[in-house]
Parts: sequence; structure tokens; C-alpha cells
Amino acid sequence: MTAQELLDTLSSRFGSAILESKLDVNQPWIKIDGNRAREICLFLRNEPSTRFDYLMCLSGVDYNDGTLGVVYHCSSMEHKHKIVLKAICSKDNPHCQSVSAVWGTANWHEREAFDMFGIIFDGHPDLRRILLPDDWEGHPLRKDYKVQEFYRGIRVPY
Amino acid sequence: MDQPKALPTNYVTQPDKIATSKGKTVRTEEMIINMGPQHPSTHGVLRLEIIVDGEIIVDAIPHIGYLHRCFEKHAEHMTNYQQVIPYADRMDYVASMNNDWAFALAIERMMKIEVPERVEYIRVIMAELQRIASHLVALGTYGIDAGAFTPFLYCFRDREEILDLFEMTCGARLLYNYIWVGGVSHDLPQGFIEQAKEFCTYFKPKIKEFNDLLTYNEIFIKRTAHVGVLPRDVAINYACSGPMLRGSGVHWDLRRDDPYSVYHKFEWEVQTGKGEVGTVGDCWDRHIVRVREMEQSVKIIEQALASIPEGNVQSAIPKRIRPEPGDIYVRTETPRGELGFYVISDGSGSPYRVKARGPAFVNLSVLPEISRGAMIADLTLIVGSVDIVLGEVDR
Amino acid sequence: MELLQHIGLEQNLLTIVLVSALPLVFILLYALVTLYLEMKVSAHIQDRLAYMRTGWHGVLQPFADILKLLQKEDTVPAAADRFLFKLAPFVVFAGTYAGFAAIPFSSAYIGSNINLGVFFIIAASSLVVIGILMGGWASNNKWSIFGAIRSAAQMVSYEIPTALAILIAVMITGSLNLQEVTQYQSGGIQNWVVFGGSLPLTQKLLILPFTLLTFFILFIASIAEVNRTPFDLPEAESELVQGFNTEYSGMRFAMFYLAEYANMFLVSAVAVSLFLGGWSSPFGEALSGPLWDLFWFVAKGMFLVFVQIWIRWTLPRLRVDQLMYTSWKVLTPFLFLCVFAVGLILVL
Repeated sequence: MTAQELLDTLSSRFGSAILESKLDVNQPWIKIDGNRAREICLFLRNEPSTRFDYLMCLSGVDYNDGTLGVVYHCSSMEHKHKIVLKAICSKDNPHCQSVSAVWGTANWHEREAFDMFGIIFDGHPDLRRILLPDDWEGHPLRKDYKVQEFYRGIRVPY
Repeated sequence: MDQPKALPTNYVTQPDKIATSKGKTVRTEEMIINMGPQHPSTHGVLRLEIIVDGEIIVDAIPHIGYLHRCFEKHAEHMTNYQQVIPYADRMDYVASMNNDWAFALAIERMMKIEVPERVEYIRVIMAELQRIASHLVALGTYGIDAGAFTPFLYCFRDREEILDLFEMTCGARLLYNYIWVGGVSHDLPQGFIEQAKEFCTYFKPKIKEFNDLLTYNEIFIKRTAHVGVLPRDVAINYACSGPMLRGSGVHWDLRRDDPYSVYHKFEWEVQTGKGEVGTVGDCWDRHIVRVREMEQSVKIIEQALASIPEGNVQSAIPKRIRPEPGDIYVRTETPRGELGFYVISDGSGSPYRVKARGPAFVNLSVLPEISRGAMIADLTLIVGSVDIVLGEVDR
Repeated sequence: MELLQHIGLEQNLLTIVLVSALPLVFILLYALVTLYLEMKVSAHIQDRLAYMRTGWHGVLQPFADILKLLQKEDTVPAAADRFLFKLAPFVVFAGTYAGFAAIPFSSAYIGSNINLGVFFIIAASSLVVIGILMGGWASNNKWSIFGAIRSAAQMVSYEIPTALAILIAVMITGSLNLQEVTQYQSGGIQNWVVFGGSLPLTQKLLILPFTLLTFFILFIASIAEVNRTPFDLPEAESELVQGFNTEYSGMRFAMFYLAEYANMFLVSAVAVSLFLGGWSSPFGEALSGPLWDLFWFVAKGMFLVFVQIWIRWTLPRLRVDQLMYTSWKVLTPFLFLCVFAVGLILVL
């Protein structure tokens, strides 16, 4: 399935949840509404013509203009096609729907995005920090991150 | 498919009440045991919180992050894309060549750089040698987990030959900084091809020796067959890759199915687990997939050595790496599975965002699913068969 | 005892005590040799050389190891049960050492010539289980308790095949006294119980497969008794760090280690005395005499210890339920078959 066909399928079914797209680059991407991510991904996984059963990567991004983003790289083992989905949320209220019920691997990827960027995934079964200690302050991969002075009595910047 | 509920972090063991004949009640409780972070067999600093009922595991919760070294943050502060490569080396420190290659491939695709064919052949030879070396480590330590101390020494003896080849080429034994964006750092030295051919002839009977000692040993089969069975659909849903995925019978290898470089020029086969001595997808299947992958790597190396073309390996290395603004995700097949780099460039000389998708990180997340109902003695073997390297899990 | 007569001393309390302490001297010397042997054998199996610099080819390394253990800090975990923690290594060693009393080292020396020799050995070496449980429990560490429980279950289950195999040897030789059993087997290699004992030829040929099988099963069960790979789950390094040994350091650890080596020799000595002719020379009358007997006995014992070391570095380890399965559902039925067959053949 080409990227244009995919965009058409999604737009016809989800209408307003499909926001933008850019199809003429190396890896075409489609911007979706983060609050409907779960239904869209469930459709993409279950629909026989798309069958995106393999979530290659789920990354958090800080776009440095007051928004955070979640980028989904999905692929299909059957049809061997790939697609990139992007969801944007604001830095003050960073919420996105969790897709861990669609792909089991999203569980840890979303925990990492929460840990590093502070994006809160609604519906995630166990959203807590994964790489950093549980009582760390701040979200390091944000562009405006200032490291904390002391962590449990140890001076952090050296 | 609904997700199984993860246990909340304030899990309190539930006492079971059994009534005795005299009307009194006897309480049994599940025990929470901690395995790690320092433990001889968790292959690094991994903490496993195991909830056991006697010897049977009720749940196994991995806690990671003990080796987090902020790779992604460092990458954003590099002044040059080439400077990220030593950091990428150090992620999966057992298979450095493959890490370098994945990152270099991402930048090359973003900038649409064509590398000379000699460079491609050299990269394939190095990556396959690295695959053999990494599998030797995995298999040797797997033997130790099972209690056989000798195959480990044999594997490391053979790995020394490979490390000698690497040292001859780039001077380093473990972390090479060899594959750069656009080429490689040094050409193959004189005598490399002959020594590599000798290594291939030397190594083939060693695989058979290793199989006789460990793989087909009755005790080892009893310990690993039917243990840690990973069903096919769970593997795909949890995005497992590499020998974990192929051990469950899925015919999927990125070198063939999402091709890059010159792998299509060589004849080799994708190895999968067939459930020969147990169930499809058990620990023995993943083990035999790794052993057979080593054999296939030797085949690829021999073919590459026979047909390597001449050329200048540094002609395509760009003086200044400034990709167009955009993003790209590129994945390659490392010994552990699918290593992917998602790179966002903003048009300047340093990366805007680099996300490393480590195969060990993703493969480890399936651990609770496959170890429920196993015994504690099995858990060691299950963790060993996932073949994690904590550098890649934590980055 | 005969030894005192041989060396011309009179029997009084002092000499008896000194002579009874001879096995301790033997154990200490043997432990040094076995430490070296284990180091070198394991190294050559693994295609490497072991220590080469402490003395010629590393012969002084065992002394260095012992000196290192002697000067270590004696740590007792804060929440441990101090009395049991300190007592455990000694109970384990005492259980093993008591068994040495009834082993015939030579025609001229046996610590205690009791009629129930081998029965006493089986009973006394069961003390080791109590010591291990003590050590595991008193360490106040979940992993130690796991190791101790597994070890206790393992040792108790493997006593059954051991006892049955000993029963077969006793059936053939007619006595529980190890000195008499050895004397029954003197006169050359053809009289060894493992080859059928001194029976008429037809009976011997019939009984040969069963005695060979019994000897192998006894050897396997004895490896399990000593907690060595492939049965070393109680101290499985890969899982339990060091099992019931985890919290022990320095001399206490050395005591456990010494007890393990002494136990290795004890079970080998029992197997040798019952099946391989004890101190009797394989050549019959040639090369026999009290000192030659000691040499043959130690040589055969050390050969079995060597085989135990060899097996340890070759095979992976069995899981605890597979271990139990092996004992109860494989070794014991085979031995029942052997008991039945041997009894039948002896009666014919």
C-alpha cells in the first residue's frame, strides 16, 4: 500500500483525527490527533489491508516551540510497508493516548518517553520512570532541562 | 489483545488461607526475592524482582536504568555527526561494529551518500565477524548459566582470533570507532584477507565441538527445552527481533527482508527455531538459532573475502556533514536484533534528536510474559536466552 | 590396634588419641593436593594453564590460598543467628570426619574396627545435612535458605540409592565391616566386587552387568551427596551466588570447603572399599604389605576424586526437580532391579 492510499484510508475513516501529512519525503509521515491514537493504531493493526503488526519504534521529541511530540514508526511483516505517525501535544499539558493495548512493546517505549520528556500517556497500565531513579526531578531530554543541584545529598553537576 | 495488568509498585504479597481440620488456619505467603543488580548471572546490572510461590515464579519484574549513560542527550551536544559514533559504540559494547554501522547508515540515507563498493564489502565482513564474536560471548555465558564452565573458555579462545583481526585493522579490540559516515576509518591491512580466511577454516570444526559439548548434551537439553516458550504472536506484538523472534519460528531477518548494503549478493539462509527438541520458541531454539547463525556468518565472510573489489575507502567521507532538515529511521540487524536509529536533523552540523532503539531493551520487556510459571532455576536460563547487554538496554 | 603393634608402641590413651587423629592429618594433606589437582585439571580441560608462577607450575598456590583465607576478616551478618552461624561449618565437618573412623586405609590401620562399619558411615555422614540447614538458616538471607533447603532435599533423596548400592555389595561380600569386605576382595583384580567378587565363573558372568551398573549408580549418587556438578544446585554460582555459603567468609568458608573435599574423599573411599578392592593390590600377592596397601588405597581413592573433578568441569547442572526425578524415578528402580537380580544369582 502506498502512503497516499494509506492516508486516504485513514482520512475516510477517522476524518478529523488526521491532521497533516508529508508524503514526498524519504519516509512519509502522517500527523494524527494524540487523543485518538489508540483507535487509529488499533485499526491499522487489525485491518487486513494494512496489518501494521510491528511497532518498530516509539520516540518522544521536544520541538522547542512549546510542543512535545510522539513519533510512531510502524511496519507490517506481511505487506512489508512502513508508516510514520506523529502526534503533537503542548508542553504545559502533555497528554497522549497510550497504545500499549495495541502493541505490547509500546509499554516500555512510552515509559521511556514519559521519563525523558514528561509526556503522560492516558490509559497506560504502569506509567512510571524506567531509566532514571523513581525520585528524580525533571525530564532530561527536554531542551529547557536544568539538571538538579542535589540528588539525595550527592551533588549532581560536577 | 488486552494487556495483562502490570503489578503496581506497592505490591503486597497476598496470604493464602488454608483451613486445617482442627479449625485453625495456616497461612502461606508468596515471597518477593530480589535478583541483582549485582548477581553472577544477570549479565550486567539488571534488577529482577521475582515474586515466587515456593519455587514457581508468579511474576518477574525487571528494573533497569542502572547503566543509563545519557547517550541521547550527549548526541544532541556533539558538534559533528561523526563524533556520535564512539558513543554509539559504547551502547552495545559486545557488538560495536554493528552499532557504528546502524548510525552511519542513518546519516548516509539522510544525506543520500553512496559509499564505494569496497566499503560495503568491508562493512559486511566486519559486521559478520562481530556477529560471530558476539554470539560466542552469548553462548559461552549461557553455558555458565546452565552450569557448564568449560564451553565459555572455548568460546573466548575462538573470539580471541576475531579480536586479533580487529586489532590488526583498527587498533582496538572492543570499541572500534571504525565505520564512519561515508566509509571506514582504515582500509584492510596487508595480510587481513589471508588471516580471515584461515580463521574461517579454523572456526568451522569449533562450532561442531561446541555443539557436542553443550548444545546436544542431554542435561542441557533437559534444562532448556520447553522452558521460556515465546509464542509467535506475542513475539511480534512485543516487537522482539533477532534470535528471539527467529527462535519462535518467524522467518524474519532484516538483512534479507529490509535489505541494506550488499547482503543480497551472498548466499546464506535465515535460521529459525523449529522446536526440534522441545516446543517452538523455547530457550533451546533461541540457542540453536544463534549457533547456526554463526555458521551462516562464516559462509558470508568467505564469500565476501573471495569477491572483495578494490577501491578507496575514504573517498566518500564528507568533509562537512550537514543534512537537510528532516528525520529518518533506519534499522539494521545486529546480533541481538533490530537496532534502529531515529535521527532528526535541523540543518545544522549537530543532531537535533537521536533516538536509539535498542533490541535488548525491547526483547527484555517480554520477560515477564515468558517466565510466569517457570522455576527460579529456569529464570536464569530465560534471561540468558534473551541475550541482553545492559549498555543497550539502558543506553 | 594393628598399627600400634606394627610400630611397636603400647596401647594407652595418649597413643590411641594420636593414632585416631591420623585421618585429620591425612585430610589436610589430601586437601592441599586436591586443591592443586582441581586447579590444574580444570585448567587443562578448559584449554588454559592455571597458576604457573607460585612455585614450579603453581605447586605453592594451595598454600597461598590457605594463607589468604586465614587472614580474612571474620564477618557475621548483623541479623544472623550467631550461635548456629558459627556452629554450622563445624557440624558439617564433624559429620564427614566421623565417617573416616570406619574406613580401612590399610591392612594395618582402621580407625575403629566395628562390625557395623558401613552402616555407621552412612549414619554419621547424614549429620552433614543438619549442618547445611543450620548454615543456610542462620545466614538470614533468602538465597541461603533456598540453597540449604535444596541441599537438604537432595542429600536425603540420594541416600536411598547410596544405601541400596551398598546393600548389594554387602550381599555379595557378606559383611558390613569394611575391613572384612576388603579382605574378601584381596587376591587380585578378578576378586573385586565390581567384577563380581570371588564367585564361581558362571555366577560371576551373570552378576557382572549388575555389579557394574551398581558401581556406576553408586558413583553418581555419591557425586550428588557431595553437592558437586551436575548436582550442585544448592551452591549454584549462577543463581544463588553461593547458596548456603553466601554469608561465610575467611576461615568459616575454608571449613565448609575442607568439609566438601573431605566428603569427596569419604564417598570415594566407601566406593573403593566396597567395589574396587579397597587397599588390596590388583596384582594379588605382588606389591602388597601395609605401606603398599596404603598406597593402593589412596591411589584408587584419588582416581575417583579425579573423575569427580573431571565430570564437574564437563557437564552442566541439573535443575532441582530433575535431580529429584533422577534419584527417585531412575536410580532407585534400577537399583531395586539389581538387588533382586543379585539376590537371585547368589541364591542359585
